Amino acid sequence: MNSTLRIAILSMAGVLALAATASAQDVTGAGASFPAPLYAKWASDYNKATGVKINYQSVGSGAGIKQIDSKTVDFGASDMPLKDDELAKKGQLQFPTVIGGVIPVINVKGIAAGQLKLNGQVLGDIYLGKISKWNDPAIKALNASLALPDAAISPVRRADGSGTTFIFTNYLSKVSPDWKAKVGEGTAVNWPTGAGGKGNEGVAAFVGRLPNSIGYVEYAYVKQNKMTFALMQNAAGKFVAPEEKAFKAAAAGAEWSKSFYQILTNQPGADSWPITGATFILMHKVQDKPAQAAATLKFFQWAYEGGDKTASDLDYVPMPAVVKTQIEKTWGEIKDGSGKAVALK
Amino acid sequence: MSSTLRAHEGTFDSPGSFAKNVERKMSVPTVRSPLRVSAVADRLFGWAARGAALLTLGLLAAILLSLLVGAWPAIEKYGLGFLTNSVWDPVSEEFGGLVMIYGTIATSLIALLIAVPVSFGIALFLTELSPAWLKRPLGTAIELLAAIPSIVYGMWGLLVFGPILATFVQQPLQRLFAGVPLLSPLVSGPPVGIGILAAGIILAIMIIPFIAAVMRDVFDVTPPMLKESAYALGSTTWEVVYKVVLPYTKGGVIGGIMLGLGRALGETMAVTFVIGNFNQLDSLSLFQPANSITSALANEFAEAASGLHQAALIYLGLVLFFITFVVLSLSKLLLSRLRKNEGAKA
Repeated sequence: MNSTLRIAILSMAGVLALAATASAQDVTGAGASFPAPLYAKWASDYNKATGVKINYQSVGSGAGIKQIDSKTVDFGASDMPLKDDELAKKGQLQFPTVIGGVIPVINVKGIAAGQLKLNGQVLGDIYLGKISKWNDPAIKALNASLALPDAAISPVRRADGSGTTFIFTNYLSKVSPDWKAKVGEGTAVNWPTGAGGKGNEGVAAFVGRLPNSIGYVEYAYVKQNKMTFALMQNAAGKFVAPEEKAFKAAAAGAEWSKSFYQILTNQPGADSWPITGATFILMHKVQDKPAQAAATLKFFQWAYEGGDKTASDLDYVPMPAVVKTQIEKTWGEIKDGSGKAVALK
Repeated sequence: MSSTLRAHEGTFDSPGSFAKNVERKMSVPTVRSPLRVSAVADRLFGWAARGAALLTLGLLAAILLSLLVGAWPAIEKYGLGFLTNSVWDPVSEEFGGLVMIYGTIATSLIALLIAVPVSFGIALFLTELSPAWLKRPLGTAIELLAAIPSIVYGMWGLLVFGPILATFVQQPLQRLFAGVPLLSPLVSGPPVGIGILAAGIILAIMIIPFIAAVMRDVFDVTPPMLKESAYALGSTTWEVVYKVVLPYTKGGVIGGIMLGLGRALGETMAVTFVIGNFNQLDSLSLFQPANSITSALANEFAEAASGLHQAALIYLGLVLFFITFVVLSLSKLLLSRLRKNEGAKA
């Protein structure tokens, strides 16, 4: 009996040792839920290719920022970029991974996808409660040819704090002074009207079943569920449809060379989708565990080089090639304790 | 009769006295057992039991303390004014909990108003009226309701029940009450089918199995002799239940109701789906989207920046803690009052 016990203990120790060697290579990250499906797919592809495991916890941008601040993870992820001075204060570096769009979706009888035209001012007034009927003169003025019903608008928005809400309210703050004064921008705001659904799926469910409702969801949800989207008027005055090239156009207009703190809403350019945003990765500039940092960077390098197709398949928009080169250049700022740049190759 | 009654109610006493009972029971085998080893084991078990009880107390204190520490920035800034302020604005960092506190209490009250009579009916039917062959399947079916995950209730409420409520209840009521001063504001609002009433009804469905199961169990322990005596004196079924069964089991009945209320106050997922998560208190309509404490916590905590927003959310958690505490204390007070009156009668 004694010997079986010994074997059991020994084998347990062996398992523990194995686990320890495996986890030395594992990279952990936490944060935004918007890019989580993509990071999970990248991670599993990367694991197949290299054997390195990437654990990504989709806990929300706010929680991701908290976890990278307390160094419990190797990288944090946020839909809301941090300002440059805040980054400097924390000693962190941020870089964008992919771009996504936020799309207004509607459920109005007789109106098909891409028929309704909206601009930022009208969208803001709907969410402020100032425009409460679908046949309001302001909506009619943009849609002379549509038969709009005399029905109350039910605005739907996110109930949970979310990067999607940040991009949406950031856009409304830019185009509607009234919105900026009364509500402002943030991952959660003091909504003057409307019902809240939990997550993109909650908003999509509400809009799907409430007649005469309007909501906003991420592009992937619109595409996969074939939702009735509206066209938006962009900064150049053109009405554009939400598609990959419109998001790319918005990203191309940003001045990435100055700073990665770029919010892609209301960008210039005739093809730009006005409610666009990127999602970001946060890392510490001075690394206690340089090997972990190198493993993390290798993963993102691999993703930038070979992950674009995966991203497109999942309805995310990859970063432009120029921006990727810039991003990889900034990685030189990530150093170990002695001030030596973390080796990538 | 009053002595049997008290002995029975002892089972619904505080956890402390329960621990005492355990100790008393444990000393019995020690005397009988001739083996020394069992005495040691017995003592060990006694310590373990005491340790478990103390651990619970310690955890409670630790939770309270960490809530207080986490909420301190908000407590310092708003004080008790937090409870009466209805503005919740994360952008300009102004927080008040009135909307969520109102939502939590209103939905739980609606749930109790619906669940208590229905559960009473279920328990009454199962113990007094039901034919024997139906008792078991019906009882099991009701207990199975308690095993359904709350998110399923939430999704059902949002996708199935909400539209039914809007089309067949709210709109007819709006037409009926149009222009009536007190009633028409109660049913106003766009017909979306989510809000205080929807959340209250979903909560009622969720707590009915709990209350009904407890009520049935305590009704079942009423000695048949008492009931049969009453029947022999010519009482109707209602009189037997109202004058014999209920007084005999009121401790258990109130315990069951409190169990249900506790669940209703703390329920998160199902409420989030159907309450609408709307932080404005601009109408008293039962059909207006609103918010509850647990729903606000679940929705906003992950994205709340550390600072005032997070502190305000923890403050809300602390408030919920106190609401639950007050409800429990009130039920204990009610029970002891009832018991005292009994002594006077006897």
